[in-house]
Amino acid sequence: MSQDQRPLLDPALLRGLTMPRLTRRAALRGAGLAGMAAALAACGVKGTAKNAPQASQVQEFWAKQTKAGVLNFANWPAYIDTDPVNGKTTLQRFTAATGIKVNYKEVIQDNDSFLGKITPSLRAGQDTGWDLMVITNGGSIEKLVRQNFLQELDTSKLPNFNKYAAAQFKNPSYDPGNKHSIAWQSGVTAIGYNPKLTGREITSFDDLFDPKFKGRVGMFGDNVDLPNFTMVGMGIKPETSTEADWRRAADKLKQQRDSGILRKYIDNAQEIQGLESGDLWISMAYSGDIFQINAELEKAGKPGSIKFVIPEQGGMLWTDNMCIPLKAKHPLDALTYMDFVYQPDIAAQLAAFIEYITPVQDGAKQAMEQEIPSAKGDQKSTLEAAVKDPLIFPTAADLSRTHRYRVLTLDEEKVWNSIFEPIVQS
Amino acid sequence: MEQHLRADRPVVARRRRFKPAPYLLALPGVVWLAVFFVIPIVMTLSVSLQTGNVEQGFQFTWHFANYSDALRLYHVQFVRSIIYGVIVTGATFVLGYPMAYWIAFHGGRRKSFYLFLLLLPFFVSFVIRTVAWQFILSDNGILLGPLKDLHLLPSSFHVLATSLAVIGGLTYNFLPFMVLPLYVSLERIDPELVEAANDLYASRMRAFLRVVFPLSIPGVFAGVLLTFVPSAADYVNASILGGTSTTMIGNIIQTLYLTNNDYPLASALSFVLMAVLIAGVIIYARVLGTERVYEVAAG
Repeated sequence: MSQDQRPLLDPALLRGLTMPRLTRRAALRGAGLAGMAAALAACGVKGTAKNAPQASQVQEFWAKQTKAGVLNFANWPAYIDTDPVNGKTTLQRFTAATGIKVNYKEVIQDNDSFLGKITPSLRAGQDTGWDLMVITNGGSIEKLVRQNFLQELDTSKLPNFNKYAAAQFKNPSYDPGNKHSIAWQSGVTAIGYNPKLTGREITSFDDLFDPKFKGRVGMFGDNVDLPNFTMVGMGIKPETSTEADWRRAADKLKQQRDSGILRKYIDNAQEIQGLESGDLWISMAYSGDIFQINAELEKAGKPGSIKFVIPEQGGMLWTDNMCIPLKAKHPLDALTYMDFVYQPDIAAQLAAFIEYITPVQDGAKQAMEQEIPSAKGDQKSTLEAAVKDPLIFPTAADLSRTHRYRVLTLDEEKVWNSIFEPIVQS
Repeated sequence: MEQHLRADRPVVARRRRFKPAPYLLALPGVVWLAVFFVIPIVMTLSVSLQTGNVEQGFQFTWHFANYSDALRLYHVQFVRSIIYGVIVTGATFVLGYPMAYWIAFHGGRRKSFYLFLLLLPFFVSFVIRTVAWQFILSDNGILLGPLKDLHLLPSSFHVLATSLAVIGGLTYNFLPFMVLPLYVSLERIDPELVEAANDLYASRMRAFLRVVFPLSIPGVFAGVLLTFVPSAADYVNASILGGTSTTMIGNIIQTLYLTNNDYPLASALSFVLMAVLIAGVIIYARVLGTERVYEVAAG
């Protein structure tokens, strides 16, 4: 063996390869990272859906309830009568008849943001603070029903509803058997405008895209009315629309927004305020709002200048539904109210004022007709107009020009949101 | 000598004794941070990597695509928020520095009265103040209405629903956050320093640039931080005074969380925003010198 003969492998290298190279610090760091990953993975968020109750549980629940004398009612702006007829509004009549005091609040500006506010309470099984709320079909009420967030109703306790509700308002597809909700009003989403400011009558959906109205056009900034109505305007049936249709609608809206024609995406209160103040000349609007805006303008000495039109392409037909959130504090008071508004004279008074499609069609019409001979002055002319008003008593031909919302599955909703949310939130 | 003395003592005494007082004093702060900062941060980070939906629940799946989705869908609003933040910070600085300077050096006996005036709007809620601006700036409102009636402005002119309205609202709302720290740092400067500079033949301008301004840098730093971070993340002004193309990232995050219940996407966006703001602040602190930062924090 010669001196310079070396082992095949350098011992230093061998040592390096075989010795554990993990230092304490590295080990701690690794453990920390692993712990962090475990902590991250442990933070999964549980689903919110609750289990449906048994039928017997529902009956048991209602048998236990007693009247509390208080009702916390969450509704939309401009959605109830505020001028007394024969001395009382419908809310005052309700209190007089039942002794239940109503805390009436116009807190719902659009379905999603209201649901966003109350969902954490519902999920935690807590009282939302509301006994009665008015939620639209087309995604929102469906969501609540699907997750069992609503108190199931005992429809035998709703005699007026059973007797007077028009057939098309009973047993709706989004809540079979009216298990969780009954209709408040129906209405149409279409176009409201101020002819004095636009300088011409509005007939078409495309008028919302007229560069002449640059900076004066309002569109609802929600995820339901805006996309659906836009598709109707483009000649697409929203009920059966596909993802490609959604993208086309989004492109159209993007153009309107980026060219500055659109002033702003608005909510219900902003629509009313914008048309009233003249900030908006033409805007997507809910049918009944216009009537009330004009009433307000008349009070301010600027009478009757806003008009409502269902454009030739069509409008959206929706139904708002009264429902009771789970764990409501005063459910029986809410149920009492739900039935109360189905009395024909109450429904008539309400409809004549808010000018939406009443669920008590025949009864309300008869009540109005009976009222006319004895009514005086303004009230008489209001009733005479209301009886003939297609926004309260639409004909089959009127309804044929309206569409229903696209109902989305959870997976579709994700795609839908990723298309329309960046439009609305520009 | 000392060695010798120590060696005489029992061994136990040579070890450092555990003194609980400092730890106990730090405990409330540590618990507070852990409960209200570390845990929420870890949870947000976790949620930002989850998939699912709110009804069936979210599962942790290392879904990094949330981050790329968030940036792909909302990068416009993101960049806009940063730009708004920078403009607002600049505007509050330009408006606020002379104000703070004047109160500090020329306020005399009424200094605290002027500061009170500055803080007076804080007695009204932030949202109400902003809504008041909406009322004032309305197209046919008390400001623009008469100007239009006099034909000084075209009838289509509007301030609301523009970037100007949002930036203006932010500047208005965050101005005191800039002025107060500036005032504190300027107030501390001994006026005799300026006199000394003048004695050494510095012009007033030069005295300001070489003496007063450098001494007020800690206040500038604090003011910029207090305005830039909250204004870039604000959502109230954009939703009340803004229109289309003025939406800020705060609005997006709010909608994603509260309206769409898309927690992963919202968390991812929150995290990106936080990272960008922190990175910005660190760079900014490096430029101005960190020791000054702590000086301000301490003062």
